[in-house]
Amino acid sequence: MSTVLQGHAASASVSSFPPTALLQVDKVSLEYRTPQRVVRATHEVSFEVDPADRFVLLGPSGCGKSTLLKAVGGFMKPIGGDIRLDGATVREPGPDRIVVFQEFDQLPPWKTVKENVMFPLLASRTLKRAEAEERALHYLGKVGLAKFVDAYPHTLSGGMKARVAIARALAMQPKILLMDEPFAALDALTRRKMQEELLELWEEVRFTLLFVTHSIEEALVVGNRILLLSPHPGRVRAEINSHQFDLHSLGGVQFQQTAQRIHRLLFGESEPAASTDELGFADVRIAY
Amino acid sequence: MTQSSARRQEYEIELPPLGDLPLHRDVSFGQRLWQQGWLRKTLILVVLAVVWEVAARVQGNDLLLPGFLQTAKAFIAGIGSGELPVKVWVSLKVLIKGYLIGLLLAFVLTTLAVSTQFGRDLLSTLTSMFNPLPAIALLPLALLWFGLGEGSLIFVLVHSVLWALALNMYSGFLGVSDTLRMAGRNYGLKGLRFVGYILIPAALPSILAGLKIGWAFAWRTLIAAELVFGASSGQGGLGWYIFQNRNELYTDNVFAGLAAVILIGLLVENLVFATLERVTVKRWGMQR
Repeated sequence: MSTVLQGHAASASVSSFPPTALLQVDKVSLEYRTPQRVVRATHEVSFEVDPADRFVLLGPSGCGKSTLLKAVGGFMKPIGGDIRLDGATVREPGPDRIVVFQEFDQLPPWKTVKENVMFPLLASRTLKRAEAEERALHYLGKVGLAKFVDAYPHTLSGGMKARVAIARALAMQPKILLMDEPFAALDALTRRKMQEELLELWEEVRFTLLFVTHSIEEALVVGNRILLLSPHPGRVRAEINSHQFDLHSLGGVQFQQTAQRIHRLLFGESEPAASTDELGFADVRIAY
Repeated sequence: MTQSSARRQEYEIELPPLGDLPLHRDVSFGQRLWQQGWLRKTLILVVLAVVWEVAARVQGNDLLLPGFLQTAKAFIAGIGSGELPVKVWVSLKVLIKGYLIGLLLAFVLTTLAVSTQFGRDLLSTLTSMFNPLPAIALLPLALLWFGLGEGSLIFVLVHSVLWALALNMYSGFLGVSDTLRMAGRNYGLKGLRFVGYILIPAALPSILAGLKIGWAFAWRTLIAAELVFGASSGQGGLGWYIFQNRNELYTDNVFAGLAAVILIGLLVENLVFATLERVTVKRWGMQR
């Protein structure tokens, strides 16, 4: 675990005997363009996500985790490497990978809550209207919004909008659910509630989740496996198991130790919570 | 800090039931009445009519300025004799034809503009060339090309509607958030379906503004064109009605014709566009 290369070798050898990985990201390098320059976001990042994993991409800003998620979503093409879902290379956006964004405006404001959930089902021609409606109501019930099916998004609170987005994603029954800091725009209490609900939903539905966050604690709580990315450009620093943690482990000794280990891996051993870091450990605690 | 917090005792309060404390109350009748837009607008119209009538009485020359009552009488007489409705209908028919063609062309141009670089350049070049060009200035040319008739009227109408509408539509499309675009692409929407399901509803506030501006431009252009070259194929519209009555010094009829133009403008604005806004952008919380 001391070097990146060893980490790669280890995960490759593990995955070689059960060939069941749902998502394979293989040495993916990504670049994005600004008007002035082309910026390398990630450099040869590899990882594998198994079915029913809650796989978290964690790193400070600038580690390319959101870009990586967009690439898995098919919104950008890697300049090197390969992303395969169920063995097929990802080339363009598609309804088998539904993204839940951070922004609240991901819900078309001209559709009611129910229509919002039905929208991808109809747009992708997955289901007929009647079946789509039935399924939308089912998943809206699951996220506790049965009473608000005919409300318009602008009348909902931030947490409720996040719930609609999650119900909409689940209703599509995608092969993998991609979440790009879905709770980052919520207040701390609502965020905690949403994490709890997400875990409950996972217990029930067992979807496969790829979750991007910059909060160490959110990663430990939500994920069962965490990929740590170093910034500028994003490279794999470590992969860590976190299936043993949930919301009740917050503040526990083992939880704190793992959090500190992650912090050390991300920000270097020598400086404990350096103030110059964009994301000090202390900040993460408070932000939680 | 620790001292100050220790100095004060902690406490907990059991919350007793509130009883019958009213949690909301109704707004007073006067305020509710004042919230009715039509009432406020009617009041404005009444005040304007009174000012007009007083000004006319003070001035005392109904060849120059007939009063409100006189105009109303002429208007009712015009309606009664069937002359005014016929003229209005002739004008409206041409207007709607030109408006719809302009709308269609604007849609084609902006759809091209959002999908290709060439379309973008085409639209921006054409709008910057033709938008400042007054439609009336094209009338002599139109008369040469299409002759004295509906054709040239429709030509100038399309010219006056198209650029204003296309500009608004396009800026509306540009304003659609990336998140919403990605959500649409995520569900497999492409090309015309993407424009129809995502861009048009998301840009509807701008499109409606463009439709309103286009409607006003079209009316203006049409009346002016009719005033300039009068009857087309033996049947004149409202502009012709105004022009003819001015020649015969029936000033009250001139005012009745102008009143008809204004009334139609008010009706379309307050019935058609206001209703459209109420059931769409206002309902969706996209516009206050």
